[in-house]
Amino acid sequence: MVDLETLLRAMAPEVVLAAAGLVGVLAGAILGDRFTGPSFRFGAIVLVGAAVLTGLHWEGGRAFDGLAQTGPFVNFAKIVSYLSAAVTLLMAEGFLRRHGTQRYEYALLMLFAALGIGTILSSANLMVLYLGIEMLSLSSYVLASFHRDSARSAEAGLKYFVLGALASGLLLYGISLVYGFSGGTDYETVAAAEPDIGLLFGMVLMITGLAFKVSAAPMHVWTPDVYEGAPSPVVAFFATAPKMAAMIVFAVIMFRAFPQVDAFKNWQVIIGIIAAASMLVGAFGALLQTNLKRLLGYSSIANMGYALVALAAGAEYGGPALLLFMTAYVVASLGLFGGVLSMHREGGMVENIHELSGLVRHRPALTLALSILIISVAGFPLAFGFLGKLAVVEAGLAAGLLPLIIILILSSVIAFGYYLRLILIMWVKEPVEPFEPVDAWVTGTVFATAIASVALFVFISPLSDLAQSAAASLAL
Amino acid sequence: MDFPILSAVTFLPLAGAVLIMLIQALTGRQAEASGESDDRVLYAGLVFSIATFLVSVVMLFAFQADAPGYQLTENVPWFGGINYSMGVDGLSVALILLTTCLTPIALFASLGSIRHRLTEYVVAFLVLETFMIGVFCALDLVLFYVFFEAGLIPMFIIIGVWGGVDRIYASFKFFLYTLLGSLFMLAAIVYMYLAAGTSDIGALEQFAFDPGAQTWLFLAFFASFAVKLPMWPVHTWLPDAHVQAPTAGSVILAGVLLKMGGYGLLRFSLPMFPDASLMFQPFVFTLSVIAIVYASLVAWRQTDMKKLIAYSSVAHMGFVTLGIFSFNEVGVQGAVFQMVSHGLISGALFLIVGIVYDRMHTREISAYGGLANRMPVYATLFMIFTMANVGLPGTSGFVGEILTMTGAFQASTWAAAGAALGVIFSAVYMLTLYRRTVFGEITNPALAQIKDMSTRELICVVPLAAGTILFGIMPNLIFDITRASSLRVLSLMAGG
Repeated sequence: MVDLETLLRAMAPEVVLAAAGLVGVLAGAILGDRFTGPSFRFGAIVLVGAAVLTGLHWEGGRAFDGLAQTGPFVNFAKIVSYLSAAVTLLMAEGFLRRHGTQRYEYALLMLFAALGIGTILSSANLMVLYLGIEMLSLSSYVLASFHRDSARSAEAGLKYFVLGALASGLLLYGISLVYGFSGGTDYETVAAAEPDIGLLFGMVLMITGLAFKVSAAPMHVWTPDVYEGAPSPVVAFFATAPKMAAMIVFAVIMFRAFPQVDAFKNWQVIIGIIAAASMLVGAFGALLQTNLKRLLGYSSIANMGYALVALAAGAEYGGPALLLFMTAYVVASLGLFGGVLSMHREGGMVENIHELSGLVRHRPALTLALSILIISVAGFPLAFGFLGKLAVVEAGLAAGLLPLIIILILSSVIAFGYYLRLILIMWVKEPVEPFEPVDAWVTGTVFATAIASVALFVFISPLSDLAQSAAASLAL
Repeated sequence: MDFPILSAVTFLPLAGAVLIMLIQALTGRQAEASGESDDRVLYAGLVFSIATFLVSVVMLFAFQADAPGYQLTENVPWFGGINYSMGVDGLSVALILLTTCLTPIALFASLGSIRHRLTEYVVAFLVLETFMIGVFCALDLVLFYVFFEAGLIPMFIIIGVWGGVDRIYASFKFFLYTLLGSLFMLAAIVYMYLAAGTSDIGALEQFAFDPGAQTWLFLAFFASFAVKLPMWPVHTWLPDAHVQAPTAGSVILAGVLLKMGGYGLLRFSLPMFPDASLMFQPFVFTLSVIAIVYASLVAWRQTDMKKLIAYSSVAHMGFVTLGIFSFNEVGVQGAVFQMVSHGLISGALFLIVGIVYDRMHTREISAYGGLANRMPVYATLFMIFTMANVGLPGTSGFVGEILTMTGAFQASTWAAAGAALGVIFSAVYMLTLYRRTVFGEITNPALAQIKDMSTRELICVVPLAAGTILFGIMPNLIFDITRASSLRVLSLMAGG
């Protein structure tokens, strides 16, 4: 018997998302193409509503006999994920209209993907986690190949699907080993189980599967290809909400299901190696890229590496840093993909970084906003991203991960090379043909995220206190 | 709480930059086409930078020179335990005045020589001024780091957009070199924050880090400041940056940005890591003497005027580190004086080079010769700064060099002897430069019609000449401001 009040306290936003998704399917079946236009606004309103509901049930609770559990830590991630999903949905509408692929299924798939995000963030049980990941992934595969007439999009979808299925298989295999050796699938049973070699194998396989989802090296190879091939608004989504959710759930599993760090041959070391590899792959991989989406793909690999440093630092030090860093990353990424979506010329979208040459002459305000966002994602002072990186460095040093911090510093300098190149191209190079104006949602997102990046740099205090207290709930 | 004068000095240029951008955005950008309305932007920038200078003079009067410790402090919580905390002592006041004085001169000197994208140019300079002043005012490590790093971006754009042929290479080298050093400092800052539980500079000065940690912290900070200063062997970005930067960029780079390194050593390294500073004294002395001798010799062989002055900067900064690490009053006071004096002299020398570059569009020494015949005023002023750079008594250059060497002599005879060698070399390369460009007959026919300095150029250079001579004759004008702070640094070092 499900107690409605308990259920709503823990999972109200997911209930709404599921119901709205089903309503949307019905509406689509009845209204047909007439639902196409409203579906995007409908989806965005539902997502914003889900974020608000999450905020109202900030403390969360347990539901489904302990299969699901929420608290401030995951609710923080939920709010950021839902809001960023809403923004990417709104940014998609104009893009899809121009490409003649505007369909209501897009909005519904986004809702189901968001439901998957909500499910994994609420999970307190490995089976629920797996269900959520599959829900998110299946929606994502379809979204990646949404331009089904485009070979690139179809290729991206297929690549994502094949590799994603492999990662899901690894994750599931890991879960089955963990179940076999601990006798249960809920996090507490796993945490209480006697650590042995079987459990260790299970944990490593699970880490492998989760590393794929956050696109951490060496499970990153799909990222640049999918980023390049999939439709840009879909990539904007991939780069933000699922990344935030997957990283936070990665942390929740490591912190809650495997709290005995030392017993497991010190999983800090495993995460640390993945983090170091991601930072270096991201930094070096992007240096020679000329496709902006590919470049951002490598940039996100590097940023996931930084986030993993915070994860390796453990719950006490890394928790608040993870939330702050990932939020800064999501805010900046939303704006940067707004920039990608702004690169529209007569005859279609362009993606080469040299198409940005001399942008400052035609669009000084847009250039300034994009420069701020680049500075933020690079973790340079004067933007929110710096405080995120500062928190990561602080967490890493507090946990005594000095080698990782040195790699972080070196890869940041290398990564700055390509971020600077972008700034240089926009400000210094001779201008090329100006871009066509795009819809207000895209332009608005770029400006709003740029302003937010600066504002959150100056007035960070409430947010950092919130992250601090949210992460404190994790320790209990 | 009193009027926050430090925030006013710091953010007035930024406010000006925002205002100029807004006005440009509102009035449309068609102004770009006509040169005349462009100049108005520069005058607007000039008004703001002069206003900043005036506010900084007010600050000087509000400042009590004989009281040690930080004054005019402001404190607003930022996040975590980190505060927006501002305050000045004598060291900062001297360097803030140098900054607010050089910025209008640099902007005014750009009039006529910068022709394209003037709005961005003025905005970049004003934003840069905010960050430079912020560096000298910040009393919180994280805040200091933010200002210290943020200044890289406007300078990067100034070199990258208005620089010479190889500007892209130079701007990247400048940025990445400095960034690498600074990020190690950031890690050290975070470590200090974790160890001491505060990032307040005043509190950290009293905190005793254990000697093992001090070594690493010292090296991390030193990595950043040595690149900035720059010290041999991490100086190689400087000649590139100077040669490619526009004249005004070089003036600010040599006049102010290099001083951040010396300021950082005095503000952080000595008071906070006294044991490590003592331990690394021979190391720093060695690097300084190598810098002085090697950079002087390299300067001698240069064929490009700006590169010569850039290497001469490296040598003169060697005196600064020598003075700082002599750990006595004479040396530290000399180092501070040398920083201010070098800011005036090298700034002026870059202006001097810029004046003939604007006319001839070459910096090759061999393209000049016999300038005295056509440009007597120019030759006179050039002579003053040549002599000041050599360290002729009566100019400020002499005071800085003699004091840093005296200080170093008390600490290490060998270091002082090596530095003295550098003084001789400086006479060699500066006099060679002067002889080859100014004296002799005009051999290059293109020089036959060259005009002497215009009123605008005189307005830029004469104040610097006046300052050089004034401080040369009455060095106490600076010492009175900085004495209490210099003694405080030394007492913190001894007591820590």
